[in-house]
Amino acid sequence: MTGAPPGPVLSHAGLNLDHATREEAEQVESDVFGFWVFLMSDAVVFALLFALFGTSLEATAGGPDLAGVVKLGPAFIETMLLLTSSFTFGMSSLALKRGSQPRLLQRFRPAVLWLLLTWMLGVAFLGMEVNDFATMAQHGATADRSFFLSAFTVLVGTHGLHVLTGVIWLPVLLLQLAGGGLDRPLKVNMIRLSLFWHFLDIVWIAIFSVVYLQGALR
Amino acid sequence: MTSPAIERGEVRSLILGYGLALLFTLLAFGMVVLHVLTGRQAFYAVLGLGLVQMLVHFHFFLHIDLRRNSWPDLQLLVFSAMIIALMVGGTLVVLFNLHVRMM
Repeated sequence: MTGAPPGPVLSHAGLNLDHATREEAEQVESDVFGFWVFLMSDAVVFALLFALFGTSLEATAGGPDLAGVVKLGPAFIETMLLLTSSFTFGMSSLALKRGSQPRLLQRFRPAVLWLLLTWMLGVAFLGMEVNDFATMAQHGATADRSFFLSAFTVLVGTHGLHVLTGVIWLPVLLLQLAGGGLDRPLKVNMIRLSLFWHFLDIVWIAIFSVVYLQGALR
Repeated sequence: MTSPAIERGEVRSLILGYGLALLFTLLAFGMVVLHVLTGRQAFYAVLGLGLVQMLVHFHFFLHIDLRRNSWPDLQLLVFSAMIIALMVGGTLVVLFNLHVRMM
């Protein structure tokens, strides 16, 4: 890109810092990098849960196995919900960047609407997942039944708890936006939440591939 | 700070990413539902499609690319991927080996 200012340019989640000095931009860059480090350590946690899951597949102790507990229909809808929510979060990040309306509400309306849509998709995803676990429990497939079901519950459940964290975090940031406008700490938090949300969608790709599609193939 | 042309480009890139992600998801699910491949081949194909979709997400949603200003993030990602490959690969090799020996 020609004519770009020298120094760090925030490309992460698409938020720019209007009129930021170079020092401020560098501070934000390092804040966001810190969150990347957290996300990657979280990725290691998930990876080891996947390894645990992989070694547990035969350890069903006579109970339900992977093919027996996996339902492809709900898993597909959950995948679509989460993927779409990742897209709508991206749209809200882009909408946050712009807007020259002087009044706060008008300025952030598109971004807020995209965020609310993202939140609803996240809640719908969680609702479906809770329903999945309830259905499994009705058929006696609870975490205490076998090593396999423990590993399954911990892997899918840890992801679900992360989504729940995002679903709680998002309205908190919206309240801050409504209260004080988009100041720099809030911008950084918005970037963090967007990274978190996109990251959870990436973990879900691994879950639907390794857990649900593998289950359907067995 | 942003011109309308850049804004349109960013939205288009996001929509392209969403479209590609949908495509790979549908391919993976479709392949399994329609029994295009079976057994191990199908599983490896699903893993491959998942991996490609992850790259799509990293590029279009998390804005990781080969430009200079995302290098630190990219290095962190590659390092984490290496750690994950070592730990997950090591766990699977050791435990499956143990499983075979104890049969």
